[in-house]
Amino acid sequence: MTATTAPAATDTATAAPAISSSGLTKRFRGGQVAVDHIDLAVPQGSVYGFLGPNGSGKTTTIRMLLGLAFPTTGSAALLGVAMPDGATRVLHRVGSLVEGPAFYPFLTGADNLARYDAADRTADPATARARIQAALDRVGLLAAAKKRYRNYSLGMKQRLAIASGLLRPRELIILDEPTNGLDPQGTREVRALIRQIAADGTTVFVSSHLLAEVEQICTHVGVMRTGALVFQGPLPELRRTGAARVTVQTADPEAAAKVLTALGLADAQVTAAEGATAAEAAAILGDASPEKVCAELVQAGIGVRGFAVTAPSLEDLFVGLTGEGFDVSG
Amino acid sequence: MSAASTPAAGAPAGPGVVTEAGRIPSPVRAFGRLFGAELRLVLLRRRNLLLLAVTAVFPLIIGIALRLSAPRPQGGNGAGVAFFNQLSGNGVFLTFIALSTLLILVLPVVVAVVAGDSVAGEAGYGTLRYLLAVPAGRTRLLAVKYGVIVTFGLCATFIVSAVALAAGAALFPVGPVTLLSGTTVSLAAGLVRLLFVTLYVAVAMAALGAVGLAISTLTEHAIGAIAAIAIIVVTSEVVDSVPQLAAVGPYLPTHWWLSFDSLLRAPVDTSALLHGLLSFAVYALLFCSFAWARFTSADVTS
Ligand SMILES: Nc1ncnc2c1ncn2[C@@H]1O[C@H](COP(=O)(O)OP(=O)(O)O)[C@@H](O)[C@H]1O
Ligand SMILES: [Mg+2]
Repeated sequence: MTATTAPAATDTATAAPAISSSGLTKRFRGGQVAVDHIDLAVPQGSVYGFLGPNGSGKTTTIRMLLGLAFPTTGSAALLGVAMPDGATRVLHRVGSLVEGPAFYPFLTGADNLARYDAADRTADPATARARIQAALDRVGLLAAAKKRYRNYSLGMKQRLAIASGLLRPRELIILDEPTNGLDPQGTREVRALIRQIAADGTTVFVSSHLLAEVEQICTHVGVMRTGALVFQGPLPELRRTGAARVTVQTADPEAAAKVLTALGLADAQVTAAEGATAAEAAAILGDASPEKVCAELVQAGIGVRGFAVTAPSLEDLFVGLTGEGFDVSG
Repeated sequence: MSAASTPAAGAPAGPGVVTEAGRIPSPVRAFGRLFGAELRLVLLRRRNLLLLAVTAVFPLIIGIALRLSAPRPQGGNGAGVAFFNQLSGNGVFLTFIALSTLLILVLPVVVAVVAGDSVAGEAGYGTLRYLLAVPAGRTRLLAVKYGVIVTFGLCATFIVSAVALAAGAALFPVGPVTLLSGTTVSLAAGLVRLLFVTLYVAVAMAALGAVGLAISTLTEHAIGAIAAIAIIVVTSEVVDSVPQLAAVGPYLPTHWWLSFDSLLRAPVDTSALLHGLLSFAVYALLFCSFAWARFTSADVTS
């Protein structure tokens, strides 16, 4: 149908980012700004970790992306289609899990999926059974298909919710805290599932309040703090924002610090010997190569006892971005 | 293999287009599928089956009680009393007695349960956000929900009539029907009038269902919505029975419910019937519009 307009639509859709937003803002009645002018850019084919502590606005953002909540100001688009106006045109290409699983407890897992499939006006009823079985199989719930939802364990409920997002081929999957409340085993299973989904070429947007849970699978991250997007970019870029430090153990740290400064390393510091710990000089490595720094130290006659390059862990960077603890406004 | 590379993925696919998920059905067929799924869910839900069973038992109890009691003394001019006078002569009148008795509370409550649960229940379970993310479409989902409410009310009303007719035939003599105005019509003509009476009551319940649907969009608590609808019905009936408030009577949602007795006179008092149908139509239109305005603009935060 509409042969003249379809190719153009396809072009813009494939070129467009999987998710984009501009100045997206949500102010709840009562005045609280849960999401504050965020500009998301989720490239197609990426696994995007949407990180932030509880209450930082992740779920509210996802609700606006899916057209469940309406933005106060700003705009958002999924696969190049403006939301929420384009909801009925684009959402069947998007699978989602929002704020935990939700199903009728008195229906079986398969019947619950059938119910959501029946609501999809673009799904073929003739293939429904096969697609439901395939989705259940994919999350390992085929054996529990005829069990009532109320008898599912938390992990099974979570997986059923993911299955509802896999009832048909999707271009984008949005998962809001899919590992919430799961034990380490369940968390690993969900991670493996996300890897598989991404391997099929589907863009995955996954939120979490724990960096460690998604760090291994993400190609990109966005970090939320009290409603603001404080970092966004490829994961290696986040690593790069953490400056690696070079540490030299030596009897003469002052002389070593001078050499480091002369080599153009910033923030040279000296730590005196204390008990068993040897005296140290340290500085930010920057663009310098560790091999060259070490050679220069030796050449300058510094007795190097120990030499180390340490990068801050992603966790440290994450905590640095989101704050240590209870500074999140509730 | 990338899902994005499939031909139908980016283009706005229409009915008949074959995608990886199969052939896209026509909008009418897709609507029918969702309606069928929702109706089956409501009709097979144990709580709702119990409600339908209760509505079926009431006409039986009324019939047996009236069979056992002595015939009522003549006199009185209310519709209910008139039906009772006729019953001993003709079992068909048990249907009118059952409908007018159950219209006081039982039928409205049965409709209130399904209507109050329709949107609020989904919000309470959290399934509403998933239905909308499917996407079911807000207007489309609301239309399906209202269709299911109306169908359920229709079922309940017809169950009352059917059971009452069967019980009446079993417990009392059946023959040509003597109308309230004194004229006698054939049994077949009487049954046709019964059909119209039942449809009239079903339309009244459909209007109540619209009120219930609107209330259901306001909350996540189905029980609260159901209670609110029941309170509205009882309040309306109480206000309608206060002579000093007769001026507001015709505008109350329950005022015209019992006007179906006009169908049991010859000639039929069309003025009361048309007033009733107009009132139902206005209520249905007003409250469906309200429900639509609310449902299509409210954040789903459940
Ligand atoms: N419906 C609502 N009404 C008022 N405030 C809300 C509502 N939903 C969420 N909030 C507030 O918005 C903030 C962000 O919440 P949320 O998006 O759920 O965060 P996250 O998913 O990152 O934990 C929180 O402070 C929360 O209290
Ligand atoms: Mg959340």
